[in-house]
Amino acid sequence: MLEVRWHGRGGNGAFTAAKLLGHAVSIHEGKYAQAFPSFGPERRGAPVLAFTRISGEPITDHSQVYSCDCIVVLDETLCDVVDVAGGLKEDGVLLLNTQLSGEAARKRYQFENVKNLVVLDATKIALDVLGSAIVNTVMLGAAAKAAGLVSLDSVERAVDEMMSPALREKNKRAIEMAYGMAEGGAQA
Amino acid sequence: MAKAFLSGNEAAAHGVRLSRPKVVSAYPITPQTTLVEKLADFKAAGEADFKYIMVESEHSAMAAALGVSMMGARVFTATSSQGLLYMCEMLHYVSGARHPIVMVDANRATAAPWNIYGDQRDAYAMRDSGWIMLFVESGQEALDTVIQAYRIAEDPSVMIPVMVNLDGFTLTHTYDLVDIPDQALVDRYLPPLHTTNKLDMKDPKTLCMTVGPDYHAEGRLLQQKAFDDAEKMIIQADREYAALTGRGYHGMLEEYRCEDAELALVATGSVSGTARVVVDMLRAQGRRVGLIKIRSFRPFPKAYFAGLGGRFKGVGVVDRSISFGYEGTLYTEVRAAMYGSPAKMQNYIVGLGGRDIPKEVVVQMYDELEKTVNGNSSGEMRFLGMRW
Repeated sequence: MLEVRWHGRGGNGAFTAAKLLGHAVSIHEGKYAQAFPSFGPERRGAPVLAFTRISGEPITDHSQVYSCDCIVVLDETLCDVVDVAGGLKEDGVLLLNTQLSGEAARKRYQFENVKNLVVLDATKIALDVLGSAIVNTVMLGAAAKAAGLVSLDSVERAVDEMMSPALREKNKRAIEMAYGMAEGGAQA
Repeated sequence: MAKAFLSGNEAAAHGVRLSRPKVVSAYPITPQTTLVEKLADFKAAGEADFKYIMVESEHSAMAAALGVSMMGARVFTATSSQGLLYMCEMLHYVSGARHPIVMVDANRATAAPWNIYGDQRDAYAMRDSGWIMLFVESGQEALDTVIQAYRIAEDPSVMIPVMVNLDGFTLTHTYDLVDIPDQALVDRYLPPLHTTNKLDMKDPKTLCMTVGPDYHAEGRLLQQKAFDDAEKMIIQADREYAALTGRGYHGMLEEYRCEDAELALVATGSVSGTARVVVDMLRAQGRRVGLIKIRSFRPFPKAYFAGLGGRFKGVGVVDRSISFGYEGTLYTEVRAAMYGSPAKMQNYIVGLGGRDIPKEVVVQMYDELEKTVNGNSSGEMRFLGMRW
């Protein structure tokens, strides 16, 4: 079982990323997945969580996720208000959207215990490719590669099936770019 | 058959669509809202041809559903929590007048204090409303059970409305992989509703009439007898559904790894799924534990529990509900049905107002139950995972 936690702010699309991942692995990779948001009212701008569970077996566990194989932080400012690295497994991967270098991010956010930290300027990719600072699919592309969650092809098929036609091509381009960066050693 | 990655509410909505109701009347309330929104989407996309009545309250939602059913047509509604409580008066009208309406209740805490999260106190407050009450464990089971519910409700020997209970958020807002059966398959399983209990110019009759002391009790006796037939129908409807789709849910209840178990937990709804994981974990450590998942709360599987005798040394009951001044609602029912059994029993109150039920808490239940069996009971009824 792989457990992924997504950190965003209401409106960032954290839950959309959690669902895209769940859809990709369950519909296209013959696995089972579960995706759920932090339950409750939705408030734009407030810190929110989303979760994806992935397994080769049907998932019946309906408790919350407490320890994670992968944590994805869409908005860097959350690092100051939420313990984003809490519950990360020793071999787990933390992906952070930041302009900082890995070394600087480690120091700035006290990620000394995070063995696998991946930093990338997802906001820049989103602005360049999507024309807006919505980084959920960019970070999904990076996480897919860095944590070995799902193949690029399955993510792109999920985008085709779940997003509106106008958004598909550019989001796939952004995902490919982030996937390539994670492959090329964005890891700090 | 199509596979899709759906929330519990969306899955339930597919179950409704496939059941071809003539009318949906509903009023939105969290966490039911996305279910009735999905039904509106189906209607807007031309994927369903029911009439959608937007009512001004839950009381009206059920009143409108009763009107539809009195015309002999299939109807659906859904609600939650305060909405269900507001609807309460109409639930008794529907069941007493024997109208086979199907409703989904997205189980949620009742105010005060105001709380939009999941527990089962809303449904249990309707225990005596005369409805069949089924609880499901997953989105898939919600989809399948809505379809089964019409088969059960509309059987001429039954004619009792059915409430399908789906844990708020834990199931309604959680996405997972769901098989959506083909319409043709569902049509084979669920024929159009034919009932004589309707308003008909060629066969005039009075429905929802006044009945005084001379016949009132006889009507109640017929309702009670119909619940006996409902028990048979719940089992048969599930068996036939399994034969068609390959998916069944063991009728009234399911035993999970109980074969040689010494300790058994009784649970209902989504926590049953978490408990399965814990049973597997503890079995791997050599502990003889099992799970009994109650699917039908009304009719209650009385004969099963009465027949347990001394099969288990300890039986613990998981309640996401409490009847103040007594104990967990489900516990009262299980213990009464097990009257005379030498098994030691304990009741765990958890998951109120959306509180998570972590696997560690389920492990603690088996630990507490084992202590009780060994004569070191920490009390018959326990709140677990509390601040104080």
